[in-house]
Amino acid sequence: MGKFLVPLGIFVVLAVFLGRGLSLDPKEIPSPLIDKPAPMFSLSQLDKPDQMIGTQQLRGQVWILNVWASWCVACRDEHPLLVEFSKTGVVPIYGLNYKDKREPAMNWLQQLGNPYTASIFDENGRVGIDFGVYGVPETFVIDKQGVIRYKKTGPVTREAIQSTILPLVKKLQG
Amino acid sequence: MRRLAVLLCLILPLWGWAEETKLSTQLEQRVKVLAHELRCLVCQNQTIADSNADLAVDLRAQIREQITAGKTDQQIKDYMVARYGDFVLYRPPVQSNTVLLWVAPFLLLIGGLGFLFRQMAKRRKLVVTRNLSSDELEQADALLQHSTSNNTPNTTS
Repeated sequence: MGKFLVPLGIFVVLAVFLGRGLSLDPKEIPSPLIDKPAPMFSLSQLDKPDQMIGTQQLRGQVWILNVWASWCVACRDEHPLLVEFSKTGVVPIYGLNYKDKREPAMNWLQQLGNPYTASIFDENGRVGIDFGVYGVPETFVIDKQGVIRYKKTGPVTREAIQSTILPLVKKLQG
Repeated sequence: MRRLAVLLCLILPLWGWAEETKLSTQLEQRVKVLAHELRCLVCQNQTIADSNADLAVDLRAQIREQITAGKTDQQIKDYMVARYGDFVLYRPPVQSNTVLLWVAPFLLLIGGLGFLFRQMAKRRKLVVTRNLSSDELEQADALLQHSTSNNTPNTTS
């Protein structure tokens, strides 16, 4: 009896680890920026090159930062959801137009609708790097003190909005 | 004298150029070493040095820029970790949540050695040394004598 206990034990441990591995997504990297202040930036707006927008101005409100680009295919997937979500007016969504050109970006918004209160134009992707962006689209929830509270890499889903983002925003708005 | 001056004028810029390329190859060397230590987050099993993903190109440019700005290697690594987490390092640091990762191979080694020695000790117990009785000794002697007396060079096989 005891003879079989050891291999059985080893098997169970391995099975548990491998089973857990199946349900994990190796593409999901926990961001070290959660619960850290959002990086400082000051960039021009996408449609108004002479108007700057920066972290400082956005203080005092809960806001969502959505990183997008006209060349990004997955952004197209999540876009209708963002447009729909923005219409509820619960929380302002700011776009970070990442490594894009003004023309195609503005056309894109015209065609697909503009869910953004404003889009921040990050042509060389420096602010993107500061936000640890590696897979566009990415979505951040930032609180009134300018602290990042949530990050999602990849397109947001209806489920993520309903079950995570919305409750978090409500809680942060207090 | 004038010739010498002309010659110097011709050679000096060349020297400066050599100095500059030497500097830039040193810079590239450092960029390369650092880039080999950092993981590309888009194609996760490649280093920034190996990958041609947009992000890797940008990050290499970042490294180059920061080296020129006089940052140390550690500062540059810290910069990357602050943005992308420990995952960006190909050599994970030893800290509370990576201790298991670092000590597990040694634990396995110690465990394996322990198991091996226990098995060896068990086997040693199975081998019983027993002295022969006088009868058995006589028998053995007889056998040995018999075989030596029969021993001819031809029967060795």
